[in-house]
Amino acid sequence: MNMQSNPTAEPFASPVAAPAATLATRPFYWSVRRELWENRSIYLAPLGVAAVFLLGFLITTIHLPGQMRGVWAGMHRHDLTATPYDIVAGLMMLTTIFVNVFYCADALYGERRDRSILFWKSLPVSDLTTVLAKASIPLVVVPLVAWGIVVALQWIMLLLTSAVLLGSGLSVSAVWTQSPFFRMSLLLLYHLFTAHALWPAPVYCWLLLVSGWARRATLLWAALPVIAISGLEAIVFHTWHFAALVGTRLIGAAPQIDLRSPDTLPTNPMTHITPANFLSTPGLWIGLAFCAICLAGAARLRRHQGPI
Amino acid sequence: MTVIEARGLRKAFGATIALDGIDLRVEEGRILGLIGPNGAGKSTALNAILGLTSYQGELKVLGRDPWTERDQLMRDVCFIADVAVLPRWMRVSQALEYLAGVHPRFDRTKAEGFLAKTDIRRAGKIRELSKGMVTQLHLALVMAIDAKLLVLDEPTLGLDILYRKQFYDSLLNDYFDRSRTIVVTTHQVEDVQHVLTDLMFINRGRIVLDCSMEEFESRYLEVMVHPEQVASARALKPIHERQVLGRSILLFDLKRDRVDRSRLASLGDVRAPSIADLFVAVMGNHASQPQGVSR
Repeated sequence: MNMQSNPTAEPFASPVAAPAATLATRPFYWSVRRELWENRSIYLAPLGVAAVFLLGFLITTIHLPGQMRGVWAGMHRHDLTATPYDIVAGLMMLTTIFVNVFYCADALYGERRDRSILFWKSLPVSDLTTVLAKASIPLVVVPLVAWGIVVALQWIMLLLTSAVLLGSGLSVSAVWTQSPFFRMSLLLLYHLFTAHALWPAPVYCWLLLVSGWARRATLLWAALPVIAISGLEAIVFHTWHFAALVGTRLIGAAPQIDLRSPDTLPTNPMTHITPANFLSTPGLWIGLAFCAICLAGAARLRRHQGPI
Repeated sequence: MTVIEARGLRKAFGATIALDGIDLRVEEGRILGLIGPNGAGKSTALNAILGLTSYQGELKVLGRDPWTERDQLMRDVCFIADVAVLPRWMRVSQALEYLAGVHPRFDRTKAEGFLAKTDIRRAGKIRELSKGMVTQLHLALVMAIDAKLLVLDEPTLGLDILYRKQFYDSLLNDYFDRSRTIVVTTHQVEDVQHVLTDLMFINRGRIVLDCSMEEFESRYLEVMVHPEQVASARALKPIHERQVLGRSILLFDLKRDRVDRSRLASLGDVRAPSIADLFVAVMGNHASQPQGVSR
């Protein structure tokens, strides 16, 4: 049939020409949407944290002019105005870790417990699509949500600070020039996707696998092998490498992600990101291979599993 | 067209044999009732057909292997497995939206039309609906899918008689046509007696009766025997005998025993048995003699 861009033919062409890609992505897209419907904590938790933080920020900002007058050195001034931006970013990263851990531990368990798996399986959505949609929540959706909230919050804070400073007759130029927001936002996005999605991905995928297998207490089952291996290592070798490995993965501590001066947070404009360094880390790829095994295992498990 | 074809379908859970090599053939346009006691293997058979459980033996549903091709199969097959499995957190409007999103054969307008006949609010959550309403909603969703095969596993369990009646009425009036096929299991056999076109009894993983409803009606006859004729009626080897208010009711298999209908009429009052009566008879016999009245 004629696939030329003929405006009159288009409405008829689109359903017929619906390529295989559309057929594959539609169930995926709707599976992700349904995860957001079911797990509203994905955005409500970060929003709640943001609201509390904003309240605290409002209270401190009222006292800001007085503090600004007392401080002479420009560097310290920067700290006074820029520190809250780092705190909010750090707080949001911590929130995403909690959201992701609890989401993953329940993702493939909840549908079996409430028997709704019988409904989901009655629809033309493959087990792999379902598992990948669930994995995309901690790996893509939550970082994006956190990023959006932080950026919005930072703008609100910037405007509030400016308003307060202007109101008390102080110059706002320092606030605007010393905080390159665009660069900070990009740095934050990079940091969220590397340190808080790709690096801890093995932990989240492991949790997904266990949530598809365990019949109860998924978090406990997921933690048990980590505790066992760490315990064994501690007894035999008197070291804690495995526990440290899991811990640093979870909190997103990867020295390869970026280079920064001491005492600064990853979103500080002084940070120099080193993507090539990060992408060439064998640990990253070993972790991602482990993820692939976990997700394939979870999809296979889901095929066999019914309601509990 | 053959919709379901199984040969030597077997499934064991450890030492328990749920399906003991059953052969099954369901043609297009039939409404098959799969009747059996608890643990007979009905649900296992349906789960195998729906790709929810692995199995041994040969099984093709609409020409596909359900275990390896469940997601493609579900474009043409839909099922209600058990009551109230719709996710409780979901809103009715979200269920419609989601189905319209993932199912290429779902007609949202049709589903909304069915829902308009009920008291279900579109903005409400499924957890707020009564059990009967959840079933109504699920049926509305399923009937709006242009599927070739509909499988219902105990769809009306625990519902009152009004909802049950309404369920089968809308299924027949608004959904069924000769190009669709329905397979249903239920313990409430009296509900489906006039719905089915085919009847199958299953017990201990084996099919013990397989006949069309026309055959059922022409083949089985129940006689409330005059007290003085009981001995001669028993001589005709009924497949079952029970006592009601002091009268003997004997159930005959006209085909197996080559008994004449008019001969039976002379012994007492004849009538067509209900599925439940035949079920009791067949299961009772099956318990004592493993081969039962299998044809």
